[in-house]
Amino acid sequence: MSRRSAAIVLALAAIALLAAAPFYATSFTITLLNYIGIYALVALGVVLLTGFGGLTSFGQAAFVGIAAYSTAWLTTAEGASPWLGLLFALASTGLVATVLGAVTLRLGGHYLPLGTVAWGLAIFFLFGNFESLGRHNGLANLPPIYIGRLSLEPTAAIYYLIWAMLIAATILVANLLESREGRAIRSLRGGVVMVESLGISVFRIRLITFVIAALLAALSGWLYAHMSRFVSPAPFDLRMGIQYLFMALIGGSGHILGAIVGAALITLLENALQDALPLFTRDGQQLEVIVFAVIYVLVLQFARGGVMPFVLRFVPGAAKPPIVAAAPLSRRTMPERGTSLLSVERLFKRFGGLEAVSRVGFEIKAGEIVGLIGPNGAGKSTVFNLITGALTCDDGKISFFGQDITRAGQRRIAEAGIARTFQHVKLRPKMSLLDNVLLGTYTRTRAGFFRGALRLDRQEERRARFEALAQLKRVGLGDEPYGPAGNLPLGRQRILEVARALAADPALIILDEPAAGLSRVEKKALVDLLHSLRNEGVTVLLVEHDVEFVMGLVDRIVVMDFGSKLVEGTPGAVRANPLVQEAYLGSVA
Amino acid sequence: MTPDIGLILGIDGIATGSIYILVGLGLVLIFSVTRVVFVPFGDIVAFSALTLASMQLGRMPGTIYLIVTLAVVACLVETGQHLWRRQPQRIARGLFGYGVLPLIPAAVAFLTAGHLPVWAQIPLAIALVVPIGPLIERIALRPLADASILLLLVVSVALTFGLSGLGLLFFGPEGFRTRPLTDEIFRFGPVVLSTQTILMVATAGIFSLLLFLFFEQTLIGKALRATSVNRIGARIVGIRPGNAAALAFLLASLLGAVSGILIGPTTTLYYDSGFIIGLKAFVGAIIGGLTSYPGTALGALLIGVLESFASFWDSSLKEVVVFSVLIPVLLWRSLSLGRVDEEDHEVEE
Repeated sequence: MSRRSAAIVLALAAIALLAAAPFYATSFTITLLNYIGIYALVALGVVLLTGFGGLTSFGQAAFVGIAAYSTAWLTTAEGASPWLGLLFALASTGLVATVLGAVTLRLGGHYLPLGTVAWGLAIFFLFGNFESLGRHNGLANLPPIYIGRLSLEPTAAIYYLIWAMLIAATILVANLLESREGRAIRSLRGGVVMVESLGISVFRIRLITFVIAALLAALSGWLYAHMSRFVSPAPFDLRMGIQYLFMALIGGSGHILGAIVGAALITLLENALQDALPLFTRDGQQLEVIVFAVIYVLVLQFARGGVMPFVLRFVPGAAKPPIVAAAPLSRRTMPERGTSLLSVERLFKRFGGLEAVSRVGFEIKAGEIVGLIGPNGAGKSTVFNLITGALTCDDGKISFFGQDITRAGQRRIAEAGIARTFQHVKLRPKMSLLDNVLLGTYTRTRAGFFRGALRLDRQEERRARFEALAQLKRVGLGDEPYGPAGNLPLGRQRILEVARALAADPALIILDEPAAGLSRVEKKALVDLLHSLRNEGVTVLLVEHDVEFVMGLVDRIVVMDFGSKLVEGTPGAVRANPLVQEAYLGSVA
Repeated sequence: MTPDIGLILGIDGIATGSIYILVGLGLVLIFSVTRVVFVPFGDIVAFSALTLASMQLGRMPGTIYLIVTLAVVACLVETGQHLWRRQPQRIARGLFGYGVLPLIPAAVAFLTAGHLPVWAQIPLAIALVVPIGPLIERIALRPLADASILLLLVVSVALTFGLSGLGLLFFGPEGFRTRPLTDEIFRFGPVVLSTQTILMVATAGIFSLLLFLFFEQTLIGKALRATSVNRIGARIVGIRPGNAAALAFLLASLLGAVSGILIGPTTTLYYDSGFIIGLKAFVGAIIGGLTSYPGTALGALLIGVLESFASFWDSSLKEVVVFSVLIPVLLWRSLSLGRVDEEDHEVEE
């Protein structure tokens, strides 16, 4: 039996066991399973948001509450069907999440989680103070959900709806994570400069991920409201919001099933503690909170990955699908050789009192390989960052293909056809080589969140994967496309960045010290690769310290020193120039 | 709203705001030195007020048991770590710092419970509460000192859970209000000032000044500032980040304990009231950017005044107003920050 079919058999067995649960389990067990399912839906959103997207939220309980109150209000005050209540709950939660996300998601680091704490509290206090929401007493007598004429009022009936929705949501999220936008979500952990340089809008991806997590919370809130048929503020307080985050962290936020595992563990543990603690203490409730706090702190100190990594050691990983030949992705029309491709005029950038780049100008023609050299601190990498939009210049003009890109921003510059590598390698070390290169194809592919989640993107995805593998092979890294990128030695990580840049089908590729850390043989291979790129019409601009490598490779050289352009010319002319010799060796006095 | 009422609300707001200033300064102090967003900080404030209240009632303060619990765990962690690193010679020092020192005020309070002179109550209450910060730092945060800000934040949120549980265990569910320190009232024309208000504002002013002098004038203060700028650099010049962190938590705890003494007579406090106080101070600190002391003071004052006016407008919605104000503040921050240079966020966990 292959690994893939073993995994499928395992999954089917689990589903069969769950499906038959009402026939062998007590009704109390089913109630517990219902809660686990409802909590796991929220935790699934947290896994997506925190584990994959790197965004931490303590405020998910507020979204559950908004949805629960929305449907409660609509179905009791207006007498609407719970299914209308579902639409209303999703819409209202989605709207609130969009507004909150639009405000807070631009902020990095700890501001977002702190913001979620604040609005989690604000929304909670709001529930308890609205007359039409029943203040602290809440709203009672919600109608049960009906499917046709079948009432889902019995515990065992709504059980099927909860778990069907949970399984469907898990599959959709898993699909999404394996798609084009899902890779973008996964690339969010780490700095944003690299992500934007690939033409991905960090803000858009964050916002949509945030809204998806909120919608999963909304689904959970809707189920909860119509299962208990009563809503009051208490289950949506900040404590619960924090608990959802810890469900994901304890289950294992790096794995999609961590949500279910974490929700189950915490629900069962809470239940066990509530049974056990009163046996030997009067202060059971206080101790329960303390026990949880201790567990949380210990898990964070000693098992940051949660439970899933331990489980996965005993479960064979799913086999990776083979990469099959597919129609190539469409390519851009390269500019005609010899026409002006990039022109930099009087570029100026100041950092505080330091003029990092002062009035630098040069021009690159299509099909050239140009080297930018200069002593350390000459401003070469700053020039690269200005051209690619990672930094914005204070003055000057940059045009590409005759189009002004001076202040276009990284994303539009990437879309215009400039791809780059970084002086300090920026990869996602835990993602595979293939996924890292696939990120490069982002601007050449179209599939959005819906198509990704519903697997309607498979044809495009096959083409993108074929392209990515081709680029990996081209740079000599095609042997182990599924290995994690972080396992490569540093020199090869640079080459992986080249493959990622090539996957974007750039007209101009900008390489920041690509040969650093490469062996002699690898450098030779890189020279051959760059020559073959030139033959295809790709233009290359590179910074490199290895003078021998540069001299043997480039058509022209621009020399910088102290932020200014020193000279420009063919390798031979530059080598003979006394100014250059002085800059590198000091004056021959 | 008449101008008179506006004036009263304004004065009230400034008084509350000065508490938030003290708490906010403590939060910024901890954050800048250790990168920990110390969410449970407000609990120290509440515990300090509750400690004084039990003393005034002639009861045994629950803080004693809290300190004993924390000190025992801290000693276990400290000893375990030294054994693990094979440095048994350091155990004695660790036990002294985390076992003996914090237990001295606890022992005094235990032995004098019930017949403590009034003048000694406030200093002893402060001395009892001050070790809470450093003990928590040693137990839960030091082992994670090199983790990301986010992870530290998550841990500190988990600690909030634990501390509120311990609070309920040791202080019980009842609320307390301490006796006012004075109840004199001054009138300046239409302005009515209670001594309590003057005391709150003056203490906030004095402690802000002391903090400023500490950071500007003393070597230890400069070492803390160095640690907040660059931990590795500080380590290279011989500043132990562990000591710096303990000191930051100690000072912040002092600020929290003093705030608790000041806020005690003005409102009824419960074991879990600190959480909200801490978060409001946080909103103030975030207005100030979470790293600037003057900015934090200004933001905290703003929150105090806003809260005062909001409670006049609709007292049940004052929390909603105060926490909602964070959202426009964050928006303003995100717009004024412009593009963030996230080079330091590039680190993978």
